[in-house]
Amino acid sequence: MTTTTPTRAGTDAPATIAGRVRRRLNTRWATAASIVIAIVWTIPTFGLLVSSFRPEDQIKTTGWWTFFADPQLTLENYEQVLFGRSSSAGQLASYFLNSIVITLPSVLFPLAFAALAAYALAWINFRGRDWIYIGIFALQIVPLQMALVPLLSFFSQGISVGGIELLPAWNLDDEQRFIQVWFAHTCFALPLGVFLLHNFVSQLPRDLMEAARVDGATHPKIFRTIVLPLITPALAAYGIFQFLWVWNDLLVALIFAGGGDETAPLTVRLAELAGTRGNEWQRLTSGAFVAIVVPLLVFLSLQRYFVRGLLAGSVKG
Amino acid sequence: MNFDFADEAPKLAMLLYGVVAFVAVVGGLLLLLDVIPAQLARRRQARLTAAVAAGTPLEPGRRRSREGLFALFFLLPTVLMLGIGLVIPAIRTLVLSLKNGDSTEWVGLRNYSWMVDRPEIVDILWNTALWVLLVPLLATSVGLIYAVLVDRARLEALAKSLIFLPMAISFVGAGIIWKFVYAFRPAGADQIGLLNQIWVWLGGEPQQWLANPPLNTLLLIVVMIWIQAGFAMVVLSAAIKAIPTDMIEAARIDGVNAWQQFWRITLPGIRPALVVVVVTISIATLKLFDIVRTMTNGNFNTNVIATEMYNQAFRYGQTGQGSALAVVLFILVIPIVIYQVRSLRRQREV
Repeated sequence: MTTTTPTRAGTDAPATIAGRVRRRLNTRWATAASIVIAIVWTIPTFGLLVSSFRPEDQIKTTGWWTFFADPQLTLENYEQVLFGRSSSAGQLASYFLNSIVITLPSVLFPLAFAALAAYALAWINFRGRDWIYIGIFALQIVPLQMALVPLLSFFSQGISVGGIELLPAWNLDDEQRFIQVWFAHTCFALPLGVFLLHNFVSQLPRDLMEAARVDGATHPKIFRTIVLPLITPALAAYGIFQFLWVWNDLLVALIFAGGGDETAPLTVRLAELAGTRGNEWQRLTSGAFVAIVVPLLVFLSLQRYFVRGLLAGSVKG
Repeated sequence: MNFDFADEAPKLAMLLYGVVAFVAVVGGLLLLLDVIPAQLARRRQARLTAAVAAGTPLEPGRRRSREGLFALFFLLPTVLMLGIGLVIPAIRTLVLSLKNGDSTEWVGLRNYSWMVDRPEIVDILWNTALWVLLVPLLATSVGLIYAVLVDRARLEALAKSLIFLPMAISFVGAGIIWKFVYAFRPAGADQIGLLNQIWVWLGGEPQQWLANPPLNTLLLIVVMIWIQAGFAMVVLSAAIKAIPTDMIEAARIDGVNAWQQFWRITLPGIRPALVVVVVTISIATLKLFDIVRTMTNGNFNTNVIATEMYNQAFRYGQTGQGSALAVVLFILVIPIVIYQVRSLRRQREV
């Protein structure tokens, strides 16, 4: 050590000033680069937000960046897209409500079912437990596309094997089709939900569980009074995740809710508007924001939980 | 304002039913589980007194079967839903992929050979390959670079939020946001799309970006990268922070510069997280549907497997071909997952 120190000091000494300058330059470059990325990432959304408040003729004839030279604000786009009665307007208020009706039960059911299953798989001893866990775990890789066609035919025709009807058709129409959407979302959410919550539940201290058992607490009691309060952060994380997934989903809604204003959520309506009225930018910009604003608020206020859940799910593997 | 609340009442009623059903199912289940052990305890009490009175020993192994009963009730909803909603349908899709359009006749593997015979389907497979190659690579790179750049910088939390925000936006919303960026106005008129405006400023002719293959697929890929980079950034940033500080300090003392530090310490340190991010984004990209459908509806040669699967199965009524495409999607996921499992296992052995 003593022999090498002088030489290193020798090479370092003249480099310190240059090195300090270079390091500062480095951080300056780093700051500049990160600001450039941040701007590129933010500007598309910002442009849409600004446009959604501009009058129709201005949106259609000039770029949103000219807004700052000639600022004109209006709420008419939002009024039109939410409440306008003509079919070319969005009528988004109705679809907004559909999104809420679809989302709430589609979050609650998987949350409860997954929590129950996760507890059983982690803390109840029974034969075949590992196999069931591996099975549910493996189902995560099945793309939901694999289930769409048969699930839809199950709702409309029931399940029959060799002419024997195992489950009857549901024959739902209009508003009742919400049930199909809830069912589909719950099924598709469970593998990930069980996996995430199991990660969390299985790490609760064993002593705690055993003490409760010795005190004569039954499994349902332990689940309700000990486990549920302790896993609240995990439930919140998974709840937010599932909320964003359901609210933002297009494919499941398109197939199981249909396109009518009785059941279709915002995403379906917006995709339709983008397809058929691709140049009605006054409606698309404000409509997109109507759809974005709820998940954005949820996300920003609960980001901490969401990030924690994301990390628990992906890093532990 | 013509919005009429009376029209919306049935929906709210449905929501109410849904919530009531939830309370009934979950509450009922828990209640049932509370009643059963009480019943069992009472019966065991009775048996105990009877056994003591008769002087016979108690049979063991009772407890385990009771545990099984509990497990059954805890797992019942999940297993039922997964069975009806995922397992049986997946098997049926496999079967349907061997049948014709309206599932009346067996056609063997014809739905699969159809994919390689038809040039437009081959194009779709190539498009999907381009997506799965570029999105994970670029989204992870951007996320990683950004995570390194803002690590321990001032305003780190804010800087990360800006990139992470697109995660909250639906693919449909993102599609509209970017469609606006790519919007086209004929030459001479004022451009309203940012990309064309920049292009014109640079001296180009305005382009119909989304109508020109293969560039349009690349521009759609940009949207997916825009969404996924935030996910990569958050996970990788956490992994970078988990690298022990004494390791970094030791490297500093050894005179390692920032570049070497990144390649020799940061990158090996976050390898497991990197694998998870790449795999997760790959699978999400493979199943991508919303962006293509919103922005081009698959026109101008931008289709991918998931959009074509939807078209075949739900628009053209070709159940067999749609199912075969779904199966291909499933088969393509498997090697990615095997890679993840193997690299995680190798990680644990080291």
